Amino acid sequence: MISKKIPKERRVILKNADNPSYSNKITCYIKEGGYDVLKKSIKKKPEEIGEEVLKSGVRGRGGAGFPTGMKWKFLDRKSGKPIYLICNADESEPGTFKDRQIIHKDPHQLIEGMMISAYAIQAKQAFIYIRAEFFEGAKILNRAIAEAKAKGFCGENILGSGYSCDLVVHRGAGAYICGEETGLIESLEGKRPNPRIKPPYFPAVLGLYQCPTIVNNVETLCNVKHIMEMGGETFSKIGKPNNTGTRIWCVSGQVKNPGYFEFECGALTLGEMIYDVCGGLLPGRTLQAVIPGGSSAKILRADERFKGTHKDGTDFDWGIEDIPLDFDGPMAAGTMSGSGGIVVMDDTVDMVEAMANINAFYAHESCGQCTPCREGSLWMKKISSRMCSGDAREEDADLLLSVANQIEGRTICAFGEAAAWPTQSFVKKFRKDFLKKAKTQKRKKDSLQLI
Amino acid sequence: MISTQKTETVSIVLDGDEVEVPVGMNLVDAAALFQKEIPHYCYHPQLSVAGNCRMCLIEMGTPMRDRGTGEAILNEDGSPKIGWVPKPVIGCATTVSPGMHVKTISDKVKDCREGIMEFLLVNHPLDCPICDQAGECRLQEFATDYGRGYSRYTERKNVKPKRTRLGPRVTLDDERCILCSRCIRFTQEVAKDDVLGFVDRGSYSTLTCFPGKELENNYSLNTVDICPVGALTSTDFRFKMRVWFLKESPSICTESSAGCNILVSSREGEIYRITPRRNDDVNDSWMTDSGRSLFKKVRAEDRLAVPSIKQEKSSFDQSIQTAAESLKDKKVAIVGSCHATLEELYLLNRLSKATKSKKYLRGHFGQDDGILLSADRTPNLRGALASGFANTYPRDNLSKLNSDLKKGVIDAVLVLNEDLLSSGVEAESLLGISIVYLGTHANDTTNLAEVIIPTLTSFEKKGTFINRSFFAQGFEQSIPGLPGLLPDVHILSKLLDELDNENKVTSDFSLIWKNLSSPPKSPFKGMSFSDSLGGSLKIDETKWKDLPFVESNALHYKK
Repeated sequence: MISKKIPKERRVILKNADNPSYSNKITCYIKEGGYDVLKKSIKKKPEEIGEEVLKSGVRGRGGAGFPTGMKWKFLDRKSGKPIYLICNADESEPGTFKDRQIIHKDPHQLIEGMMISAYAIQAKQAFIYIRAEFFEGAKILNRAIAEAKAKGFCGENILGSGYSCDLVVHRGAGAYICGEETGLIESLEGKRPNPRIKPPYFPAVLGLYQCPTIVNNVETLCNVKHIMEMGGETFSKIGKPNNTGTRIWCVSGQVKNPGYFEFECGALTLGEMIYDVCGGLLPGRTLQAVIPGGSSAKILRADERFKGTHKDGTDFDWGIEDIPLDFDGPMAAGTMSGSGGIVVMDDTVDMVEAMANINAFYAHESCGQCTPCREGSLWMKKISSRMCSGDAREEDADLLLSVANQIEGRTICAFGEAAAWPTQSFVKKFRKDFLKKAKTQKRKKDSLQLI
Repeated sequence: MISTQKTETVSIVLDGDEVEVPVGMNLVDAAALFQKEIPHYCYHPQLSVAGNCRMCLIEMGTPMRDRGTGEAILNEDGSPKIGWVPKPVIGCATTVSPGMHVKTISDKVKDCREGIMEFLLVNHPLDCPICDQAGECRLQEFATDYGRGYSRYTERKNVKPKRTRLGPRVTLDDERCILCSRCIRFTQEVAKDDVLGFVDRGSYSTLTCFPGKELENNYSLNTVDICPVGALTSTDFRFKMRVWFLKESPSICTESSAGCNILVSSREGEIYRITPRRNDDVNDSWMTDSGRSLFKKVRAEDRLAVPSIKQEKSSFDQSIQTAAESLKDKKVAIVGSCHATLEELYLLNRLSKATKSKKYLRGHFGQDDGILLSADRTPNLRGALASGFANTYPRDNLSKLNSDLKKGVIDAVLVLNEDLLSSGVEAESLLGISIVYLGTHANDTTNLAEVIIPTLTSFEKKGTFINRSFFAQGFEQSIPGLPGLLPDVHILSKLLDELDNENKVTSDFSLIWKNLSSPPKSPFKGMSFSDSLGGSLKIDETKWKDLPFVESNALHYKK
């Protein structure tokens, strides 16, 4: 590979986060111009903020990539019921660790973004739903909220505007499914986080306590602050059309220099990320596969070619290194950028075991509400675990694929896809590895199951 | 009940046929209107929609509209272009809309059903040979109708508790549970006793009671009825009888004036269980647990089985003869019963006219639970009013009879199924009074009776009860009566024959109903017994609207 200039990060959200002299205290945040945007925004009409967000083209950073401005537009404002804003800080997708950087290192940015958003949608009450494992993050947020309240940035009569909105941190109890917005809402209501059926329970109409509710990701809400700071128009020029703003990518796996990196959308390709930004693979290893958007995204094989036609009519013919890192690039390659968790696997990885690991995760995290996901995810786990403990059969590959196909698209929430996509893509793309497993591995009598 | 109300309809295309269905209906119910089954487990028409079993996945599409103009997009032939939803949708949570296209039969739908059936069975114990639900099990039925017929599952099945006591009457087999949550929704929404929930997650989810709670409300057995599989079983019925041996006959529950519609399941004259029968005007699909155990009285030890005179066994004819003699030309008091049927009360009223006797009636009252156990613990108080036997609202005792007895204005009493001594009549008031007792069970009064003529329970005869909403509900005989016993109406008409030679009456139901409906102001105008058998028959209640009925607002009942 010809070495090029290493692409430069553009840090907007994480601008101050890793500055050694920066702390997560409010004094530090204010010194850096913090809460100025809130002061400015709260003098505007709420609809104007919504317009700016729509104009910015910002897409949700939680995984699905739905335009945030549109989501806000769906809000049922005529019902007369109170409106709620929820920040989804249940960052649980394996391979993703971006939101915790914001929460730990720059919590006031999130609070400012939330208060602007809350004002924009005229929320009566705002919540941060944070995963149970982020106990330190919850502590930091609670302290930060207390600081913000003392300064009048949050709570009663914000900055003398007459608008009041309390902000409460709610900790989950350790379930991946709480990241699904309706599951999150159920959990926030104090129930089992069984995702709701849609229709009729679209959060923007019948959300928390059956009231209109907006659920946005941490990074998305932080972006609102920057949209209001620079204006929707300017924001929309960052990145590429339909892929605006920056994204924080979390790279893990067998690269020399894993970590999180903030880039403009489409500013670099997957290859540049792996080889230039992350320093390439460990010595003597070759790339085998990459999961581009958290464990539920479909895996990409190192020697695949991705061909097709863009929306604008131009053709593309990519190798794995050429996939642009934005929303549409991975989508064109048949997978998704999801939550931005890039997992790199080199040639030492046993793909069947990697899939068994993912299947074990989804079987463990299925809420158990609807049949295909509940039974299918555990079945896939049992098959793949068996395969990895010396009992693989040749027909297992097809069986796995068939079970996964019976889950996809038939469940209440997107967990069904999250559980089915890895299996579908692993089996389709690494079929030889699955068949080889059946031929070469014979169970040793006293061997223990790996997973 | 045939509804004369016009409901608004929308037109949808169901498997290629354009059909009219009521506005607001879901696709499972809409398809059922046209004899198309959309299989389902978790959906129940009288509970909220959960949408978790995914068995009712179907294909659905709506007419496409231009986003800008809102105008319908048409095909080349001018028909509206249908935008099919790419993923299958669940019929139970999809409401009909104008022009909606629905496919309940297609390769995709078939594949969905096969997939769901396979998933439901992978961790199912398949212990049908010892399962009470076998024969009326949705898993069996849909596996046969929509499953692949073979299993691809070679892994170990999950193991869960096999016999958990959820409450005094319900036993749970967790391995059979398909987690449809019908029972949970029932206890929350109908029984208003939120005690059930799931613990653990994924395929290990397990139904259980909340800590320190039991499923012990008076509606707990409805969870057994609505359980589509053999998970929730009735502790009483468990392992007693294979359901395919049971004969099911429609009947009416006698527990209270709610008048729940029921099914009596019997084999060779023996009742094994009582289950509710759906009636959306009366009891939906529910009934009380206490009402289900009433059949045990049929074979109770204190059941009166043979006629007797002066506590000595006797023949039927002899006892009727003796009874007639002890009533003839006497100052007679007739004690009716709100447990008697409309037809019996009609004949009893005739008897009172023939003997010019005084009439007495007591009510049996208790706490109203606001659902299906009403404060009036008799099935036919309103029948006593409508038959003409009673004109006033009965009190919960017979102290009037007691004082009349003391005054000496009575010297013979004909009692229908009522224990005088526990109704405020003193034993000494009855000294020297000849008592003719018609009833099903022994009590303190039967010990004093000169003549006892055993009668039949509601399961062994036919008749009509009028419930709290003034619905006349007819019922047929479910099981044969005890050997040698006659229906109450026969006994009453024979007595009448003996006491009144001029006015002949018969026990023929069509004639009784003809008489009931013939007076000009009859509330039964134009009705017959077969009408009341056909469904709940609303009768005109204006005549009694000022009476102090004890019931309070409840399911399908407004005071």
